[in-house]
Amino acid sequence: MADVIRQQQLGGVRREFAPWTDPAAAPLIRFDAVTKRFGDVAAVDGVSLDIYEREFFALLGPSGCGKTTLMRLLAGFETPDAGRVLLGGEDISAVPPHLRPVNMMFQSYALFPHMSVAANIAFGPKMDGWPRARVDARVGQMLKLVQLDGLGARKPHQLSGGQRQRVALARSLAKSPKVLLLDEPMAALDKKLREETQFELMHIQYELGMTFVIVTHDQEEAMTVADRIGVMDKGRLVQVGTPAEIYEQPNSRYVADFIGDVTLFKGTLEGRDGDVALVRERTSGVLLRALAGMADAAPGATVWIAVRPEKARISPDPLPPDTPNVLSGEVFDIAYLGDLSIYKVRRPDGTFMKASQPNATRLVERPIGWDDKVWLSFAPEAGVLLTR
Amino acid sequence: MATQRNTRLGRLALIGVPALWLTLFVAVPFAIVVRISLSESVIAMPPYEPVFDLSAGFAAFAEALGRLDFDKFVFLTTDPLYLESYLSSIRIAGLSTAIILAVGYPIAYAMARAPKGTQPLLVMLVVLPFWTSFLIRVYAWMGILARDGFLNQALGGLGLISEPLDILSTDTAVMIGIVYSYLPFMVLPLYASLEKMDLSLLEAAADLGCPPWQAFWRITVPLSLPGVVAGCLLVFIPAVGEFVIPDLLGGSDTLMIGKTLWSEFFSNRDWPVASAVAVVLLVALLVPIGIYQHMQARQLEADR
Repeated sequence: MADVIRQQQLGGVRREFAPWTDPAAAPLIRFDAVTKRFGDVAAVDGVSLDIYEREFFALLGPSGCGKTTLMRLLAGFETPDAGRVLLGGEDISAVPPHLRPVNMMFQSYALFPHMSVAANIAFGPKMDGWPRARVDARVGQMLKLVQLDGLGARKPHQLSGGQRQRVALARSLAKSPKVLLLDEPMAALDKKLREETQFELMHIQYELGMTFVIVTHDQEEAMTVADRIGVMDKGRLVQVGTPAEIYEQPNSRYVADFIGDVTLFKGTLEGRDGDVALVRERTSGVLLRALAGMADAAPGATVWIAVRPEKARISPDPLPPDTPNVLSGEVFDIAYLGDLSIYKVRRPDGTFMKASQPNATRLVERPIGWDDKVWLSFAPEAGVLLTR
Repeated sequence: MATQRNTRLGRLALIGVPALWLTLFVAVPFAIVVRISLSESVIAMPPYEPVFDLSAGFAAFAEALGRLDFDKFVFLTTDPLYLESYLSSIRIAGLSTAIILAVGYPIAYAMARAPKGTQPLLVMLVVLPFWTSFLIRVYAWMGILARDGFLNQALGGLGLISEPLDILSTDTAVMIGIVYSYLPFMVLPLYASLEKMDLSLLEAAADLGCPPWQAFWRITVPLSLPGVVAGCLLVFIPAVGEFVIPDLLGGSDTLMIGKTLWSEFFSNRDWPVASAVAVVLLVALLVPIGIYQHMQARQLEADR
């Protein structure tokens, strides 16, 4: 949760930057109905996506969802079976990887083991035929950028995992590519180092003004670093949006469930009361109210209401009668996370609902304990109506 | 206490068995060869003197020891035959090794890049010739390379040549035999080093602007260097001392140190000179082995 809050603060700083909302803006990268099959399986299935210059874009999804294949299509290691990949308006689908102005940081880092750190970083510029002096200057600059001054003569095997990761980053940045691709760049780092590196990456991206595309299965990481996130499932892009959009307005149960914690209420749409949809929950028969938003479902349709734990209210006392969406149950589990506690409540119909509460004061007047009878509620604006 | 003694015994056996083996079958025979090389040849049995006889007493033993000298090694430098044999051997073995490397590298590369499932089969196919006797396979080459042999018949039949080629009994035939016989010893270490290579390194090279052919020279070749060195030594060292192949496929003018050694030993019955030739050959081959070991030690360090 802490990362979400940080992201929102950062989002405030960068509020100006939203080229995807500008219909006149030309995308730097465009996937145009791209499909890539391996045997019978479509790893990427008709994906269309625009990524803009200076954007930090995250491809998010579980392993096997096609996010890495999509990135490899951009790097040139795979060629699409259908559709086109455009870079700066040019179709690069058939351009071999060594001729693309795109560089990639590999998950395994793929550092050349027989070359020194400096030689690894110099490899790309040398290949482009830079003069010697310029290459040397660039290597020094890159080593400084990733805080590895003085380690240029080392071989990769003489470095720690975190240092190797920095070398890989420096090497992929050395040619100042138009686009930097990062394939699970922090998968091998421990949590603390990963968080530090995430902020460093954002800083570097902002400083260099490059376009970054990151592939990750870690939703916190995606929310921390990215301007926009593309959530993938089984080769398809399920939703593309800013971290806040993805989190606050997921367009499907898949996205709501993949990003963060959520309670889903399954029910039948009974009708509308202005902007508010009325949903009869299947298991309990309770009438729930949630903002209808963009969801276009006819009465009688099966719908779901998604509620984030932090948007649900939990109380040890009965709630006032005019409170909307009141549910009750017994505390089944409590996860104490320090800054907040998450309560898993078992309802009389056997379903569970999650609610979290910040531990604002150290002495809670009346702490909620295991097996306590509690009342839960959420505002209609807190629930997201989902049709799939 | 008992278990501690057992582990110590175990350790002793672990080091002791190979040490004993090496002593009995390497160090002692080599010592005997060195000792013969320091002797004088005589027409007797054994065909050299002095003969050490401990029963004759210590004084006689010491006197015999004093009669050992380096005359035969000096003799090797006076007759150009020996130097020419060494040089010719090194030339033939070196050329053959170069050809084997050129032929073996693409084979090993193709094997290492073949689908994982078929690789064991390919390795087996490379080793398959070993199921037939080495001698028989070299004899088979005599049938192929002879004037009226298979090769000449095939080429003549195709109208490619009007006169049969004289390949058998030349240095060329010897090299063909060596290339054929030693190819697996090059392919296997090369395959081992190419197979363990991380292919994402080639992707990284391509990503950084390196075309495939350059990536081969800049990434694949340097990383397979340990395999190249191992393969070359495995081929070059035995090829230098090769006797059977030059004897069967070479001509009377084919000079190789193995043949020279054989004729000193069996035709001239000059055991001391034959032993001296063997000792010089061994010492000369220790140099590339030393280089190899040095490189291996460096590789081990790099892997850590």
